[in-house]
Amino acid sequence: MAEAHPVGFQWVMEAKSRGAKVIHVDPRFTRTSAHADTFVPLRVGTDIAFLGGVINYVLQNELDFREYVVAYTNAPTIVSEQFRDTDDLDGLFSGFDPETRTYETASWQYDSQENDGAQREDHEMQRETASALQHETHGLSIDSEVRRDETLQHPNCVYQVLKRHFARYTPEMVALTCGVSEEDFLEVCKAWTENSGRERTTALVYSVGWTQHSVGVQYIRTGAILQLLLGNLGRPGGGIMALRGHASIQGSTDIPTLFNILPGYLPMPNAEQHTTLQEWVDAVRHPGAKGFWANAGAYGVNLLKAYWGDAATSENDFCFDYVPKITGDHGTYRTVLDMIDGKVKGYFLLGQNPAVGSAHGRAQRLGMANLDWLVVRDLFEIESATFWKNSPEVETGEIVPEECRTEVFLMPAASHVEKEGTFTQTQRVLQWREKAVEPPGDCRSELWFFYHLGRMVRERLAASTEEKDRPIQDLAWDYPVHGEHDEPSADAVLREINGYEIATGRPLSLFTEMKDDGSTLGGCWIYTGVYKDGVNQAARRKSRHEQDYVAAEWGWAWPANRRILYNRASADPDGKPWSDRKAYIWWDPDAGESGEWTGQDVPDFERTKPPSYRPPEGADGVAGIAGDDPFIMQGDGKGSLYVPQGLIDGPLPTHYEPVESPFRNPLYGQQANPTRKEYERDENRMNPSPPEEHSEVFPYVFTTSRLTEHHTAGGMSRYVEHLAELQPEMFVEVSPALAAQVGLEHNGWCHVVTARSAVEGRVHITDRLRPLRVEGRTVHQVWLPYHWGSGGIVTGDSANDLFGISLDPNVLIQESKVGTCDVRPGRRPRGQAMRDLVADHSARAGVASGAYPLVVTTGPGAASGGKSDGDPTPDPSSGETT
Amino acid sequence: MSRSFLGWPVLRQLRGSDPLGRGPAVRSKATESLAPRTATADRVARSVCPYCAVGCGQRVFVKDEKVVQIEGDQDSPISRGRLCPKGSASKNLVTSDLRQTTVRYRRPYGTEWEDLDLPTAMEMIADRLVKARNDTWQELDEKDRRVRRTLGVASLGGATLDNEENYLIKKLFTAMGAIQIENQARI
Amino acid sequence: MFGKRNSLYGPVDPAPETGYVDAPARKGFFTDTSICIGCKACEVACKEWNDVPGEGFDQLGLSYDNTGSLNANSWRHVAFIEQPRKAAEEKAPPVELGMPALRPDGVGATDVGGAGGSDGAEAMDFRWLMSSDVCKHCTHAACLDVCPTGSLFRTEFGTVVVQDDICNGCGYCVPACPFGVIERRKGPQGSKNVGIAQKCTLCYDRLTVGETPSCAKACPTESIQFGDVEELRERAQRRVEDLHGRGVMDARLYGNDPDDGVGGTGAFFLLLDEPEVYGFPPDPVVTTADLPRMFNRATTAGVALLAGAVAAFVGSRR
Repeated sequence: MAEAHPVGFQWVMEAKSRGAKVIHVDPRFTRTSAHADTFVPLRVGTDIAFLGGVINYVLQNELDFREYVVAYTNAPTIVSEQFRDTDDLDGLFSGFDPETRTYETASWQYDSQENDGAQREDHEMQRETASALQHETHGLSIDSEVRRDETLQHPNCVYQVLKRHFARYTPEMVALTCGVSEEDFLEVCKAWTENSGRERTTALVYSVGWTQHSVGVQYIRTGAILQLLLGNLGRPGGGIMALRGHASIQGSTDIPTLFNILPGYLPMPNAEQHTTLQEWVDAVRHPGAKGFWANAGAYGVNLLKAYWGDAATSENDFCFDYVPKITGDHGTYRTVLDMIDGKVKGYFLLGQNPAVGSAHGRAQRLGMANLDWLVVRDLFEIESATFWKNSPEVETGEIVPEECRTEVFLMPAASHVEKEGTFTQTQRVLQWREKAVEPPGDCRSELWFFYHLGRMVRERLAASTEEKDRPIQDLAWDYPVHGEHDEPSADAVLREINGYEIATGRPLSLFTEMKDDGSTLGGCWIYTGVYKDGVNQAARRKSRHEQDYVAAEWGWAWPANRRILYNRASADPDGKPWSDRKAYIWWDPDAGESGEWTGQDVPDFERTKPPSYRPPEGADGVAGIAGDDPFIMQGDGKGSLYVPQGLIDGPLPTHYEPVESPFRNPLYGQQANPTRKEYERDENRMNPSPPEEHSEVFPYVFTTSRLTEHHTAGGMSRYVEHLAELQPEMFVEVSPALAAQVGLEHNGWCHVVTARSAVEGRVHITDRLRPLRVEGRTVHQVWLPYHWGSGGIVTGDSANDLFGISLDPNVLIQESKVGTCDVRPGRRPRGQAMRDLVADHSARAGVASGAYPLVVTTGPGAASGGKSDGDPTPDPSSGETT
Repeated sequence: MSRSFLGWPVLRQLRGSDPLGRGPAVRSKATESLAPRTATADRVARSVCPYCAVGCGQRVFVKDEKVVQIEGDQDSPISRGRLCPKGSASKNLVTSDLRQTTVRYRRPYGTEWEDLDLPTAMEMIADRLVKARNDTWQELDEKDRRVRRTLGVASLGGATLDNEENYLIKKLFTAMGAIQIENQARI
Repeated sequence: MFGKRNSLYGPVDPAPETGYVDAPARKGFFTDTSICIGCKACEVACKEWNDVPGEGFDQLGLSYDNTGSLNANSWRHVAFIEQPRKAAEEKAPPVELGMPALRPDGVGATDVGGAGGSDGAEAMDFRWLMSSDVCKHCTHAACLDVCPTGSLFRTEFGTVVVQDDICNGCGYCVPACPFGVIERRKGPQGSKNVGIAQKCTLCYDRLTVGETPSCAKACPTESIQFGDVEELRERAQRRVEDLHGRGVMDARLYGNDPDDGVGGTGAFFLLLDEPEVYGFPPDPVVTTADLPRMFNRATTAGVALLAGAVAAFVGSRR
């Protein structure tokens, strides 16, 4: 946190000065560790084993916040008797199909709902469309009435299932797997549990390296289970916060430039299940389930009205048919491989530098070299704009400028001070930026670029009579422009995002004002309220000195300016604060006509629904939420310790080894995530791991992360003198022991080799990296920053070139925080010799000839799921789907 | 005349309270007229740091239509006026000589960049976008499902952009049937 | 004429001492290295505000320090010291793991020989110290005392500042500084003030309007604190006591003592180890401590010269 978010770290330092104990668990000693009271180094890729151990400690010692757990989580809910755990099946859950490597999930459902759930689940399609996690935001598709045992004694209640599942994550097993001492591990367990409960809360803050694993979603699930068990969600000082890495990456997820979702986490419709507006809406609102997703019809219609304006009417399903349909994996990695195969003609890069920042840089650059045209919009001449003249592949002869046909437009972009608009930061707070100056020369905002590009496309197609051009002709695209360059009004766009009553133009104040009859429109329902009362709430700048610590009048947080989500959980079931010390939102029976929720934040609950409210029989949707159901977006109103739906790889987190690991999984026969998404192609060779042979060719574990002095792929730091000079060269951190073993010299050169590539850097020998004992032997870990490339003031090799493409099945994010490698002294070879080096390592590792390592390593699938020769993960768009 | 004579440093030194000539007596003209750029700026814009997602407040000082200083916003409850090295380098970022300020064009099989004026570049991109869409349009997929889309156009980026910009990007591409629209959140 | 014989050493309040009437309270920095996170925001914020050019792009191999030292182009410098904890050594003799520790001066990690029989997979107590160094703005500033042009001067805030428009680049100040802070700018070509002595001004321009110096303003953890020196000294004392109370017995102050060899510094530090570990001289002494005696003799000659100069000036105006 001190490395990547130093200003956020001021709050940790302040807590420490007030007596807080800081524990840092990290593979390497960082600037954060330097200020931790306890530093616990662990093996990269073993976080589930570690956190699972903490969960086991909580359950074995009954240290959970029992009143909270019983009332607010699904701990009492009875799970189907058909469910079989990884304990019984050697690392697999019941329902595994080794052919498709997905689960049939009837047995995962709650008791008596087995068939409901199964009908709603199609894991193959979910994996391909990264749609599984939509259940996280859309709530569970379950009946609002579920069987519960509030004594938590029923052998199949979630609490007991959980207890059995994590029973093998003992301190000894944690030590064996993670390479930490039992003493250090137990210190963490004690600190976490002692600082949780009625009077105290613990925050879990992770950075998004957690997401870059083949089990990334389950990492976060493990944290969520622990925080729920300890009563740390929905309460001040608690929660789980992702420290995200880009100024508006939260915003670009809320208003997504992502293939699988539309604004406000509405799913992109797929061609199989969402052929009509009603099917699409029902898939989101889950008829019969509790919660605010029940109003999804209004959210969807308002979006369609915002897109197609007057053309969208109730008669034509509000132009739902105009929305293109997805049929499978259209993620960035699939797309890049399609570029290599010549299927993609044109590519826009918008402030993004995949030649350096994405996994498997060589594949990225080979893809870009096989397009018709590429548009790069950036502040500087980044590597993704110059791959045709100075990339590593030009050096090896794989890209020859005279033979590369890609036409490249490098379009200069306006900086953050040269345009106005909102960023959404990592706590969901929108902050409006005022424009300071005009952009220089031909620099323009994306708003300008896309508005005018859209205008020009519409001009070209204005006279078309083709049906396929109707969505463009009918598009609501009349934004006011101003200034010398006809800059479109960001304010007008924000008003459309907020939504308004069409007849009067009155801005909506809350998403509950959205109508599904076409009388209102709004581009992103969760952002409704940012223009409440006709005022740009995101531009509010009331000084922190003039308001309380919640600072509700600084910017605007979605939804409804709520700063802590699910904050109903900060009060007990009767609506009273759990303790005076942790009072945040509570029920005031004397407020309003007959009582109201009140407190320091906007209550995340219907303001006048009393704690005693119980839904009438058969109620669903908002009416189905009881007065003590704080998790109002979930289908049962409860926090999910166990997830019957929504996860491809299992209802509970399970320790799997990283895809590339020098170790056999000590917990189960199943080695790595069996449902992960793989692209089995020659340019995407993976290093072998046990039980495969030859893993010793790549004996070391490597991981990557950021340096304080640089920013991601370096496009905003390597080109800036005052930053470039602070960390001028690519380097590789190794322990003294590894340096001695390999023969490395401090500040000399070394190179790191995988089956994809080799990169070089200056050697940094440091005690901050230390070898660990794992499964009785020593593992050396190597660390690399990933900021460098061939452009900018300071240049160097790109660490992301080392990684292959292997994805988490839930969200299709790559495993790029852990891999295996070889480390060699000196600079890497150049030209063809460089490819020869990689080929030689691949050949010795047995992965050179298209052989792809085993994915299923236990059960009947272990034989049939063996080495394949280029068959990709089954694609439902070409296979049978139900 | 007498004023400038009496202001002569050595005489100031001899007359005044600073006989060793180490303080008030030796203040130069530049020192006397010193004023910080924050005080002489024409205006200040309230902004937000463009690097990570903490969302630190920035104040952007402008003089003669140039950014002369960017520093932390004391009022921000998020950052309390502080900035990390990257945020502190924001002026360097936006005023860098290395900024690309004109369109650069690389023709197919070209070995060097060429110049291209902005309006021409926009026309060329619009032409190519329309053509790529036409050439790769899919009304039905291979299983005869209605998809109305193109797989010939892709986009990556958005995490460093404004919400309003991402909104227009997704809106336009969705209307065009382009679905491979991605950003850093997938990475 | 030169009544204050002691003004070149000992505890004084430098601005009034130099002749400022109604001087504001002396301003300075208290840099608490125990909460420095080594982010280098101070280095960058300083360069951005003071238009200080880049120093070069060399990987020094000194932990995360690629600045190296204070110099004309680095007015703040963050040092990084990787060291095994002393406490660990005292507890039990460390197992010889063949792991070289960085020497206190931050070099010497290249010796990797003698790995012995151990595979190195043992726990090892370790700490990583970070510290942002800056001009000390001494109570008795030798750089100022030796400056023949009046370029270096004492401000009303008690700080020591170079006047770029006066400095002729003679360089007398450079060897005079007991901390090795001030230096003539050698480049890069084309940057301003090349050839001129350069160092921290404690953002004199910002102080004139009551603003915080840019490094202290940026510092994410308030490791760099700006304020009235007197108040900062008290705060620092309390902080040391607090740390001692928490068992951090290594905590100590550096530069806060008005009776030290430079009369105390306007910028002082809380350290967690000996000053040498951070690259500070253990017992700095103002190099002009003997100057008053020398100065009296020089004065006679100076007055004579002055008389001649006045005559010439008056004559030329006629």
